[in-house]
Amino acid sequence: MSQKYMKVEKIDHGTVIDHILPAKAFDVLRVLGLSDDKSMSILVNSHSKKGGKKDILKFEDVELSAEEANLVALVSPQATINIIVGGKVVRKFNAEAPKVVRGILTCSNPNCISNQNEPITTEFTLGSDEGHRYVCSYCEREVVDLAKCVSS
Amino acid sequence: MRHVISVHDLSVEQIIDVLDRAEGMIDIARGEAVTDCLKGKVLGSIFFEPSTRTRLSFETAMNRLGGGVVGFAGTEATSVVKGETLADTIRMVSGYADAVVLRHPHEGAAKLATEFSDVPVLNAGDGAGQHPTQTLLDLFTIRTEMGRLEGLNISLVGDLRYGRTVHSLAFALSKFGNTINLVSPEGLEMPGEVVEHLEDSGQFGIACHSPEEVVSKTDILYVTRIQKERFPDPVEYEKVAGKYRIDPELVSQGPDNMIVMHPLPRINEITPEVDVMPQAKYWVQAFNGVPVRMALLSMVIGGD
Repeated sequence: MSQKYMKVEKIDHGTVIDHILPAKAFDVLRVLGLSDDKSMSILVNSHSKKGGKKDILKFEDVELSAEEANLVALVSPQATINIIVGGKVVRKFNAEAPKVVRGILTCSNPNCISNQNEPITTEFTLGSDEGHRYVCSYCEREVVDLAKCVSS
Repeated sequence: MRHVISVHDLSVEQIIDVLDRAEGMIDIARGEAVTDCLKGKVLGSIFFEPSTRTRLSFETAMNRLGGGVVGFAGTEATSVVKGETLADTIRMVSGYADAVVLRHPHEGAAKLATEFSDVPVLNAGDGAGQHPTQTLLDLFTIRTEMGRLEGLNISLVGDLRYGRTVHSLAFALSKFGNTINLVSPEGLEMPGEVVEHLEDSGQFGIACHSPEEVVSKTDILYVTRIQKERFPDPVEYEKVAGKYRIDPELVSQGPDNMIVMHPLPRINEITPEVDVMPQAKYWVQAFNGVPVRMALLSMVIGGD
């Protein structure tokens, strides 16, 4: 692709999260909780070479750790993480759903003790099946919609 | 065993161990033998919600073991009304007692309590969540009355959607290999994850809306209350509740050795005429709460 058709400039150093599910980029941002002073580009419903649509996020001068990157899998399990140094991809990997998530999600059960102003950190564990399901460690209920349960 | 929070935490071996110990406690529970194995020990009994059987049987169990009980039933006279968190209440009570038994309206409260308590916590029911000691006394009753915990045809009848006892019981029974039928009014069916679990473990019998459909092949008819508040229209409630009334005629349609259980309180889902039938085991079931809770207290406090 020639430079004149690019919607967003390449980055020299930072992280590109590619193949985010369409319209999920803002959920990914909320999961990562990056401070708003970072320079970033957000592409929503971009055309994918593989067909269909995808979202892309580019963060300048931010190298996500594997632990941070895996949080992306909470809302977009197929996303790929590219670490860019000197304008080149030096590391590329898939986000892997974390086994335990602490503090980022709130329980979707309003009657859960974790929603009652107690001095605790929420905790969710990944189910053993392939359904990418998270269960609250307190009330043992499955999270209904992960993206909606990301703490604001 | 340190805490007793959820039936999911208990292995088959641990369940059998509790039931065996409870069996050895029956004479003491009846007052026909005496022990002071927990003499000098104190149980913190904190009930944020109404309870009759669970609270009284825990307190009886502790007294029968020679220990004492402190605590409250209802929060009116406590600092909870001033806004004290559960975490702080638990920290404080665990300083006074050797174990804490907790009933709370919010799911997951008992798990939270384990994080702030220095002593063992026993879950006496948290919201619509777990009530493991009820499940253990149900299993104890089944084993005592039927002689085994496996190969039984069990029909769970009533409000299967909101009734926490039937969720826990279904999971626990599935650890042993049984056939479980689900009988409920429309809209009050068993939650999907429990049905899925029974199907996956090959223990799902049938699901239907009428006890008549299953009673002839049932070893245990486990009846639960249909809660009036689940129905916006009282007429609709009366209609549904009428279809789920267990009377002598229905009980007589079951096999000779069928038993009828109920976690109580009942409203009118089992008619009083059933009480005198040999199949009625819900009073024995309520009594069994004492030896089972004695077994648990002796294990977590006594360190046996």
